[in-house]
Amino acid sequence: MKEIKSTCIPLQIANIDTDQVIPARFLKATTREGFGDNLFRDWRYLPGDVPNPDFVLNNSTYSGSVLVAGKNFGCGSSREHAAWALADYGFNIVISSFFADIFKGNALNNGILPIQVSDEILATLFEKIDQNPATEIFVDLPNETLEILGTDIKISFKINAYKKECLLNGYDDIDYILSMTDKIKAFVLS
Amino acid sequence: MNMPSTLFDKIWERHVVNRRTDYPDLLYIDRHFIHEVTSPQAFDGLRKRGLPVARIEQTIATADHNVPTKNQHLPIAEKLSRFQVETLRENCKAFGLPLHDLGSEKQGIVHVIGPEQGWTLPGMTIVCGDSHTSTHGALGTIAFGIGTSQVEQVLATQAILQYKPKTMRINIDGVLAKGVLSKDIILYIISQITTSGGTGYFVEYAGSAIRALSMEARMTICNMSIEMGARGGIIAPDETTFEYVKGRTFAPKGENWEKSVADWATLKTDNNAVFDQEHHFKAEDIEPWITYGTNPGMGIGVTQNIPELALNHTAKDMNKSLTYMGLEPQQALLGKKIDYVFIGSCTNSRIEDLRLVADIVKGKQKAKAVEVWIVPGSKKVEAQAIEEGLDKVFEAAGFDLRQPGCSACLGMNEDKIPKGKYCVSTSNRNFEGRQGPGSRTFLASPFTAAIAAITGTIEDARTYVG
Repeated sequence: MKEIKSTCIPLQIANIDTDQVIPARFLKATTREGFGDNLFRDWRYLPGDVPNPDFVLNNSTYSGSVLVAGKNFGCGSSREHAAWALADYGFNIVISSFFADIFKGNALNNGILPIQVSDEILATLFEKIDQNPATEIFVDLPNETLEILGTDIKISFKINAYKKECLLNGYDDIDYILSMTDKIKAFVLS
Repeated sequence: MNMPSTLFDKIWERHVVNRRTDYPDLLYIDRHFIHEVTSPQAFDGLRKRGLPVARIEQTIATADHNVPTKNQHLPIAEKLSRFQVETLRENCKAFGLPLHDLGSEKQGIVHVIGPEQGWTLPGMTIVCGDSHTSTHGALGTIAFGIGTSQVEQVLATQAILQYKPKTMRINIDGVLAKGVLSKDIILYIISQITTSGGTGYFVEYAGSAIRALSMEARMTICNMSIEMGARGGIIAPDETTFEYVKGRTFAPKGENWEKSVADWATLKTDNNAVFDQEHHFKAEDIEPWITYGTNPGMGIGVTQNIPELALNHTAKDMNKSLTYMGLEPQQALLGKKIDYVFIGSCTNSRIEDLRLVADIVKGKQKAKAVEVWIVPGSKKVEAQAIEEGLDKVFEAAGFDLRQPGCSACLGMNEDKIPKGKYCVSTSNRNFEGRQGPGSRTFLASPFTAAIAAITGTIEDARTYVG
């Protein structure tokens, strides 16, 4: 992941908890695949598994690999299944004005970039998408910038140095920790 | 002289294996709890890498999230749940881990069995693939929930990569009114701090009202730290802690006990240590607290009316929440009819909780229209309840006493609150659909829940407990 240009799917609800992203009754699988089918299940479907026409994922006006969500996205349960469901559905970026800690870590561990912007930028982005669903954003990960194309809005965002290196190079936490096995052994003995 | 430091800093610094500028610390983990829902993909990861479990003796496995709370001696009826629990059994066998399986005397909700068996000890670092791991902080540990990728990290290395969070201290001084419990304290705090106000912080709870609480009551407080966004909560160990830990199955014994206590007694925040954020609340301001909305920050005193707007919410979000709950701004909850009562979860399913409930219901009958489920947190809690005759009290009241597990807290098994029904619940989350699709949850204390079971309505616990 280096640069991404995409339209966005707006979900203007605050405090979206991971029970909404993937309800607990769908956590029974023992693999990481297939959770995308049940992403936002109880908002996305009406009783009888009928797609809810009012829910944004069922509205063909909106598409893209970027989810734009209200403040405090991913609060609640630590279930990594929430990140798996988003990735499985096809999202690789989530933009919000605030993320819950555990979700943020889980997202980064699954190649999803959580981009935190100000409340004002988030409001502007929702407004632009509302006015024109074809609005695109451009994310430059190495330079940590986000542009709303067709506007003069270009902002920088922060991502921690370690995870940025992992995302850019496809590195893995366990390989990194295993490179410090001797230090762990020494710690245990000390 | 060293800089004054916080309790959290002291324990964290003791566990740093490696530190590199701008990188997360590599933190050694003393105890790792695993369960059937967030571990299978982690074991698969180990298999793909050809790695063993690094420290078997520091890893505790049980089945709790996705287990039935009836007939646990029979094979699990629901196919996917059975497969998930069987996968845990196979993984534990393949990797040489002891499993505290259904029916075994040490089985139960991970955050209940840790402290009760003495696996959780002051000064430890503890993780589990569950956000309520914060519970263990009540014993003076750094304990936090992690995702499955991190479960794999800890299984593989017994260490974890973590940026050090900021610190917050919440002081509660004064004396609680009769009928007000630690659950009310934490629901009150969350409604003040909001559901995101603790994000990025690790919280120390302090003050005379916290000191006066029993160990189990303290666990209820630390348990819900995550509901304000905090990774964890911690309470400095004291005589109450040592008294609780002493004699537990896996607690140190003899000379080791004396040495351990001497060390644990040093685990407190130094005078003049500085927190990134600090709050002060008065115990006298806290009445029995109850939620009305769809996140734990949307709570009010039981005698108050639902506000027009909850702190840190937009009118749109407030409206969405109240529409889901079938409630109106300015509406009172006192006297509100309810359909279900759930007493259980890692928040309030310990023996003290069951005793508090039994005190209220003894000699009384549940309201006819209400269904009451009481789910002990562990086999040990269940056995103790039976020994004390609490099971008879519940049975006589018409309560359904079930077998240990997470149950209707998250409705992964068949214990679900039906669509549109109101449930007074001692659990920790009132999210949309949390207790079953369309379920409507009022989070409250074991007292409030027990009284609701008897009256069929939401009442002020202070008028029933004297």
